[in-house]
Amino acid sequence: MTMAEGDLAVTELAFVRRAMVEPKAPPVATKGALFWLRTNLLSTPFNICLTIVIVLLLAWIIPDLIKFLVTDAVWTGDNRDACREIVQHREIGACWPFVWDRLPYFIYGSYPIADRWRVDVFFLLLAIGVTWLLWLRAPRRDLGALYFFVILPISSFILLHGWDAIGLPTVDTVLWGGVLVTIVVASVGIVVSLPIGILLALGRRSRMPAVRTASIVFIEFVRGVPLVTVLFMASVMLPLFVPEQFSPDKLIRALVGIALFASAYMAEVVRAGLQAIPKGQFEGAMAVGLSYSQMMRLIILPQALKITVPNIVNTYIGLFKDTTLVFIVGIFDLLRTIEVARIDPHWATPVTSTTGYAVAAIFYLIFCYGMSRYAHATEVRLARGDKR
Amino acid sequence: MAIDLPTASRPPRVAFYNDPKIRSVAYQLALCVVIGVLVYGAATNAIDNLERAHIASGFGFWNENAGFDISQTLIQYSSQASTYGRAFWVGLLNTLLVAGLGVVFATVIGFIVGIARLSSNWLVAKAATGYVEIIRNLPLLLQLLFWYNAVLKALPAVRDSIHILGGTVVNNRGVFLPRPIFKSGFGIVEITIAAGILASIVFYLWARRRQERTGEQAPLLWTALALIVGLPLIVAAAMGFPVAFDFPEAGRFNISGGIEVLPEFAALLFGLSIYTAAFIAEVVRAGILSVSRGQTEAAYSLGLRPGPTLRLIVVPQAMRVIIPPLTSQYLNLTKNSSLAVAIGYPDLVQVFTGTVLNQTGQAVEVVAITMLVYLTISLVTSLLMNLYNSRMALVER
Amino acid sequence: MNTATADARLRPTKLNTPIAVELIGMNKWYGEFHVLRDINLKVMGGERIVICGPSGSGKSTMIRCINRLEEHQQGRIIVDGVELTNDLKKIDEVRRDVGMVFQHFNLFPHLTVLENCTLAPIWVRKMPKKEADEVALSYLRRVKIPEQANKYPGQLSGGQQQRVAIARALCMNPKIMLFDEPTSALDPEMVKEVLDTMVALAMDGMTMLVVTHEMGFARQVANRVIFMDAGQIIEANAPDEFFNHPQHERTKLFLSQILH
Repeated sequence: MTMAEGDLAVTELAFVRRAMVEPKAPPVATKGALFWLRTNLLSTPFNICLTIVIVLLLAWIIPDLIKFLVTDAVWTGDNRDACREIVQHREIGACWPFVWDRLPYFIYGSYPIADRWRVDVFFLLLAIGVTWLLWLRAPRRDLGALYFFVILPISSFILLHGWDAIGLPTVDTVLWGGVLVTIVVASVGIVVSLPIGILLALGRRSRMPAVRTASIVFIEFVRGVPLVTVLFMASVMLPLFVPEQFSPDKLIRALVGIALFASAYMAEVVRAGLQAIPKGQFEGAMAVGLSYSQMMRLIILPQALKITVPNIVNTYIGLFKDTTLVFIVGIFDLLRTIEVARIDPHWATPVTSTTGYAVAAIFYLIFCYGMSRYAHATEVRLARGDKR
Repeated sequence: MAIDLPTASRPPRVAFYNDPKIRSVAYQLALCVVIGVLVYGAATNAIDNLERAHIASGFGFWNENAGFDISQTLIQYSSQASTYGRAFWVGLLNTLLVAGLGVVFATVIGFIVGIARLSSNWLVAKAATGYVEIIRNLPLLLQLLFWYNAVLKALPAVRDSIHILGGTVVNNRGVFLPRPIFKSGFGIVEITIAAGILASIVFYLWARRRQERTGEQAPLLWTALALIVGLPLIVAAAMGFPVAFDFPEAGRFNISGGIEVLPEFAALLFGLSIYTAAFIAEVVRAGILSVSRGQTEAAYSLGLRPGPTLRLIVVPQAMRVIIPPLTSQYLNLTKNSSLAVAIGYPDLVQVFTGTVLNQTGQAVEVVAITMLVYLTISLVTSLLMNLYNSRMALVER
Repeated sequence: MNTATADARLRPTKLNTPIAVELIGMNKWYGEFHVLRDINLKVMGGERIVICGPSGSGKSTMIRCINRLEEHQQGRIIVDGVELTNDLKKIDEVRRDVGMVFQHFNLFPHLTVLENCTLAPIWVRKMPKKEADEVALSYLRRVKIPEQANKYPGQLSGGQQQRVAIARALCMNPKIMLFDEPTSALDPEMVKEVLDTMVALAMDGMTMLVVTHEMGFARQVANRVIFMDAGQIIEANAPDEFFNHPQHERTKLFLSQILH
């Protein structure tokens, strides 16, 4: 069958196929669990060793993790006794009642209980803004940008800080804490860093030497030092630089530090986007008679920002993680509230710390992983758009 | 309607506010003025505020007595006799120590994980991906606090220390490693090691020359291993191993002997290495992927085996892509080591921006010095990086 | 030149020369997809074979199987008397004697032109550097770019790069040369310089398997043209017969499309 009469003729120079060969199934199975195992896990002796090592490693970690988080975990209780081995006479995993008990503190900090609805409204407003901007087929995304970058910050400030004139009592920022502060710090960083970052990026590419130098010095200075020192500078030096009566409160100082820091990194991301725009776009825009600001606003920036979206989101992930550093200058973000709660004698047990950190880990993982998936999806979509 | 035609001899007059040159000068002047006013205002306010709080200014504090203790000192330091300046150097050296070791560990882990992500073994690739995704998406500070508070501080007390193979003792006071004590004959072993290194270099040069002349290749790696590791081992064995270990011993409340590694140091080193390794893994993966399949195929079709192909074709090309972002990861690690302040490891920021600042109150000077140190490290590194890039850039048309 | 090329074409293939490449009932699958179906082909030493066919017909895959850049799953491949199996030694042996030129050149960008050419002789043939340099320069002269020896591939035009790639393969003194669409990535004005190099190589009696759509080259140089479609050999014949009297419907259709 394989050596048909015609095939032999190949060696004799001339050959014409009479019957086409129909596709056949491969001789060895290329489907099925066994084949998959053989090619993906056990292809060579070295691979077999690797597989065994990883399986052992997972067998070591995963059961312990499940034991800690689920099977050995304590689910109900009123105080530390519920989570103590000496009292319960069994192995103790995570101490979830501690989390249930302190959850409001983790979310709102010391925000007055009667006013916590204001925080909830803020979360809702923010969620609307984020969805509006990130959902690419949402209607009127230009309005969304206006809402996110102008209306939302102002209304949130009034809502959270309070305005006696409209009957919202003032809540001092010292009382803010937990997820609220984490989200506020991250949002301020996000909202402020993009416009300042764009300005700095344009400044760095400017033909005016003074503007260029100022931008470069700022960007390189901030990127050259750790965020911790920027925060220290904001928290101890900022009060010195302004007249005593205007001395900003702690949270504002930390926000200034975060915003400056994020802007410098955002500037470099935007600059990379600007560099990717072909020269023809600039020339084309000038040829149709647009001024510099029109050219940037209408032609260059929209394109540059679009291709930069994945990198912007990645910078935001970094920023979101970095918000934890405000902890060091005494702001009660989520991590700090957990630090405070875990040593509270009412709940202090050997497992309380790990339980608290597990909560923080889950919170950050959800947010950061979500953002990174979004960045990845955008990247894939952009790559597809390029090919078309 | 009268039409003003510009005369041929003179260019048309431009209103001064429309002249791009004048505009540009005006913008720049305005910027300089704004910056100047800000700086002047900040300076006068600072002077006012400092005077009111009776805080000294200037760098006189540098030579004053520090009067506080530091838990880990690589150079001679005592709270009574040492100055703030000395404390600065202690902190800086501690930063450099943790950063230097962190870079080594992060590189090793990062390269292993990065290569593992490209493994044909599904499980290995997935495990590496899981590592990268989890570690990258958790704040470093959270990881440090976890290692320090939930792992190292939760270890048993001195009394119930854990003894690890090889004489290492671990408890909530830190990690205690055996301290090698070199006996008199050890000098000869050291000399043998040095001689082995020297001989390997000579052998390498000789082997290269010989290959150029005759084409014969020599087993470089095995020869070097034999010379640097094997030979000293034989010499040491012949002399009856002239090295002893001072093993740490756990008493009821104290550990005696051995090298003490502070839990703060261990947590910071561990956390920084694991965190940065996840980023290095991504850099390595991208670098390897940047070498197209065509390159390996071309090498194979010339008869090169996988080993030489990797060494001569893939690695040199991948390293060009890897090294610049790798350096910036090293810088990130160094800057991130300042999170030491959160777990109390006495690095530059904790000692200087923390304790010294609190004691002297001279915020401007202290923060400026600290930032200057990091800035110098960053700028010198990026300078070296630019040099490297301009030398290694692939020549294009 | 013209008479010489005519000679090249008219020179009869010596059928008593040893078989250079033999594919017997060779099959290959990508997963479930049957890419190469029952390939039977015998190539004699000194033969110049042009393989054409629509994209996705398996022609590149077939010649990549000959130096084991791709693995076949069924049937036999014998190259210069060595059968390709999982034996690494055999694979090395075959690769040393089979040169390959790629569509995208695949020169090593971090090495100079000369280093590209001497790499394999030095590391695989264990040749002294001086000798390798001499060999490389002689082949660079043959492809008419000895003056570019110390430049980097990135500094050369596409046509020059492909000629370097040919010289690089020749430096290993191969018995068989495989060409995988050597001119399809080139600008039109550079195609000729590469084809001329290949014609000269053919005149020296090199055994060549060329995947290409350059039908002029096929008429001028090949002593057999093979048309592939759907992973199988559809038709094979001497170039005059092949172009003037195609037999199979698919061949006729393909020729009408590419010859307009």
